[in-house]
Amino acid sequence: MRVKAWKKVISYAFLALILIFTYLPIAVLVVYSFTDARSIGMWTGFTFELYQELFTDEEILSAILNSVILAVTSAGCATLIGTFAAVGIHSMKRVPRKLLEGANQITMLNADIVTAIAFMLFFLTMQFIPFGWATLIISHTMVCIPYVVMSVLPRLTQLNPNIYEAGQDLGASPMRVMFTVMFPQLLTAMLAGFMLSVTISLDDFVITKFNSNSDVVTISVYLYNKLKKGVKPVLRALSTLILVVVTAIVVGINVAQKRRDRKSRV
Amino acid sequence: MNSAKFSKQLFAIPYAVLAVVFVIIPLVMMLFNAFMSGDGSFTFDNFLNFGNVDVWKVLGRSFIMAFLTTVICLLLAYPTAFILANSKLNKSATIVMLFILPMWINSLLRIYAVKLIFEDLMGKGFGLVLFGMVYDFFPFMLMPLYTILANMDHSYIEAAEDLGASPLKNFLTVILPLSVPGIISGILMVFMPTVSTFAVSDILGNPDTYMFGNLINYNMEKGYYNLGSAYSMVMLALIGITTLIANRITSKKGGSK
Amino acid sequence: MAKVSVNDWDKIIELKNVCKSFDGKAVVKNLSLAIKRGSFVTLLGPSGCGKTTTLRMIAGFEEADSGEIYLEKQDVTEIPPHKRPINTVFQKYALFPHLNVYGNIAYGLKLQRVEEIDPKDPEGKKIKLRKYTKAEISEKVGRALHLVGLEGYEQRDVTSLSGGQQQRVAIARALVLRPKVLLLDEPLGALDLKMRKEMQLELMEMHKKLGITFVYVTHDQEEALTMSDIIVVMKDGVVQQIGSPKAIYDEPANAFVADFIGESNIISATMIEDYKVRFLDTDFKCLDKNFGKNEEVDVVIRPEDIKLTDIEKGMLTGKVTSQVFKGTFYEMNVLVDDYEFTVQSTESRDVGETVGISVKPNGLHIMKKMLVYNQFITEMDSDESIDINGVSFNVFNNGSFKQGDKVKASVSLDDIILTDYEEDGIVAGNIVQTVYKGSYFQVQVAADNNCDFWLDSDDEWDIGDRVGILIKPESFVLEKVTEDSDEQC
Repeated sequence: MRVKAWKKVISYAFLALILIFTYLPIAVLVVYSFTDARSIGMWTGFTFELYQELFTDEEILSAILNSVILAVTSAGCATLIGTFAAVGIHSMKRVPRKLLEGANQITMLNADIVTAIAFMLFFLTMQFIPFGWATLIISHTMVCIPYVVMSVLPRLTQLNPNIYEAGQDLGASPMRVMFTVMFPQLLTAMLAGFMLSVTISLDDFVITKFNSNSDVVTISVYLYNKLKKGVKPVLRALSTLILVVVTAIVVGINVAQKRRDRKSRV
Repeated sequence: MNSAKFSKQLFAIPYAVLAVVFVIIPLVMMLFNAFMSGDGSFTFDNFLNFGNVDVWKVLGRSFIMAFLTTVICLLLAYPTAFILANSKLNKSATIVMLFILPMWINSLLRIYAVKLIFEDLMGKGFGLVLFGMVYDFFPFMLMPLYTILANMDHSYIEAAEDLGASPLKNFLTVILPLSVPGIISGILMVFMPTVSTFAVSDILGNPDTYMFGNLINYNMEKGYYNLGSAYSMVMLALIGITTLIANRITSKKGGSK
Repeated sequence: MAKVSVNDWDKIIELKNVCKSFDGKAVVKNLSLAIKRGSFVTLLGPSGCGKTTTLRMIAGFEEADSGEIYLEKQDVTEIPPHKRPINTVFQKYALFPHLNVYGNIAYGLKLQRVEEIDPKDPEGKKIKLRKYTKAEISEKVGRALHLVGLEGYEQRDVTSLSGGQQQRVAIARALVLRPKVLLLDEPLGALDLKMRKEMQLELMEMHKKLGITFVYVTHDQEEALTMSDIIVVMKDGVVQQIGSPKAIYDEPANAFVADFIGESNIISATMIEDYKVRFLDTDFKCLDKNFGKNEEVDVVIRPEDIKLTDIEKGMLTGKVTSQVFKGTFYEMNVLVDDYEFTVQSTESRDVGETVGISVKPNGLHIMKKMLVYNQFITEMDSDESIDINGVSFNVFNNGSFKQGDKVKASVSLDDIILTDYEEDGIVAGNIVQTVYKGSYFQVQVAADNNCDFWLDSDDEWDIGDRVGILIKPESFVLEKVTEDSDEQC
């Protein structure tokens, strides 16, 4: 009995250590975003100064805006194309299905830098697509689609197999069935795919770095450029902001999924 | 198009077309670039660079770094996943999420957090880069391990116990073999990304921690597209090979799910 | 002469040489089938026999690899499902969970367009299409719900309904669009036995009331036997037999049909009133209703549904004439009056013993009686001939009938002769159905005078063939008709 108790204590202590290892650096970052000390270790008093600086820095603000526009646009495109693709793939058999799932795998397993370079070489050749918003939206959308497909496909297998046909049977055209029958059924999965796409797009700096022009700087590229040189204290406030937003998104996905699971169990 | 022939499969056509144009064709173009010289003629020169000792040094260093990162991540993540999956904590979605959450947090931001605290303590270099890599990729190792251990059919474990296996023997002969697919996908998600990433070394490293990803990045930044393409092709081939091997091992194991 | 209308007016659906395979495996093989307007046709067979695929091709969800499908003589093979005036009740209902009952039933109505004279057209001739108004939709939904017995359920969440209620909503959703044909794909499969029995009766009632053609798919032979006008037995993508439940039961075309339908007792009976049937001079309670008063019916009783009892406890008494042990049960023949019942029981009885027989109400399956001869209620248009829907047939009159007399004329199935050339017959027609009966074919001919003739033939005829119909005067048996019956085929 005593051995078992000890085992439990050691186990939980180990987990606690891992959590500390995971969150200590982040916690320090958050805490020090409320002081304007030059570096960690000194505490020069609680202040919102860094946040003031953050919200007056036009470079940062435009990067935030660019990131949000890019993430929402490409996640939106990816969700639409990916959901249609998932419905198609779901009804496919063998060869065509394998091919499309293969395309999915290539994008998901490939290294960011290889994907980024392939896009860049392609866009260099296709000169009618100028580097900037167009290239960014295309590349981000393509990177996100597989994740949307992966989150919608499992939901499709749970649906009544005749639900699509029921819509058609009652007189709706294929497109109409998609929008009035399938989309409402797939809403939570699509939302999860959308959120996943948003985080992937926000997280990315490699693909953006190679496929943008100097006008469109996103928050990740901005961070990368700054981190390579020195570290400005204002980045602590920026990081805290990103942290809060991403955490909110991830918690949102989980809550939505749990609600769906509970509903489908009934 | 004849609407009578409209089957659901056609909904995948937009993606199929986009995938060909924006995934397959760019990779083919990269392949062509890898076999081209600056003036556009066919050449093997880009690959002859692999005759250079320094390229092998970079590659070797990258593999050592990737190996160490993978091993440390595995040694930390396996017990974490095991304890998490077999304790009451498993029932609490919040606690599980607490471990998985960092996966979704911007990796640059987390590298920045490491830099903020440990740069002064450890100094830029191999040690700090390794620490950064482990910190960056740990959640990606944890996730597949946790998934497989949490979903493991308990009847196997009980059957082994029933047959008289000691806890250690039980672990070595039943649990560990059954979790191989999780280990494999964890390794896949850590090893090659460590080789290909350049941000960690850029931010936490010095010239001695130059990795294969940095090599590709450098050549592309400097406009040596053909050489960069050749390195990228090698990277792609490495990813392809490791994935194939991993798939082979996993399918042979039959998976526990 | 009355006008002769289009010959095959009553074929609402026709499949011609339809083939379908999945992944190289043939699922439906060269299927030809005609379905009569207003009938209740059941596709029956074990799983994987191609019955559901056939149904899905009629609906348009699957495309035939070859062959054609006609709806009211129009080739619909290329028409997508949403443009076909056919609706489906799906196996697991396929209700839209994101819509309530009202939303589900109104879904199709909102997409339908009605023709209306353009109010802006000064001449009042131009036809334009308009949507249904909210009020119209609401009224139609209300009526559909009334039909399926779910008044007031409009705002209910479909996921909160019981299986039976969901089934009713699915039926209402399909029927509200007034389809020409209603397809039902094992619609009762997910219900429990009691509910299933109830829904069977209601579906039959709806079919009768609405006059819509029902095409029903099931693997349950009992369901098929009790509900259908015509059963199409399928196996491995090939039609084994097409015929009335009685024909299929009495004369299975081959061993497969015989085995699949199973052994049973079929007895002529009279429906006294709802839930009461009379046969062998005894009244029995049953679960069936909506037959005509004193309608002649057939009762089907499965051998395992008959219980042998003591003489005083039995509803009928009979004598055991044979007894065979079949491994887990005894199969016995019991003679009651002149009807020999086949009975399965775990207890054995001696040959010669007198026993009681009892059957529970749910063991009695009532079927409409199928004709064994063609019967026409008509008029003598001369002393030597009768008028059948505008065509004059000579009859042999022994002098008991005069011109103008109302008569019932019967012709046995053996006595109608088909001629290769339509000119050789008294009236011409098209072959609609042929059913192989083991040693001969039972053929249905839709004649040009809008009458159906049934006959037995030694020759095989192809569906769609033009033939002449010849009936010898002496083949008609004439009877006096006392009450004022309408002229009918």
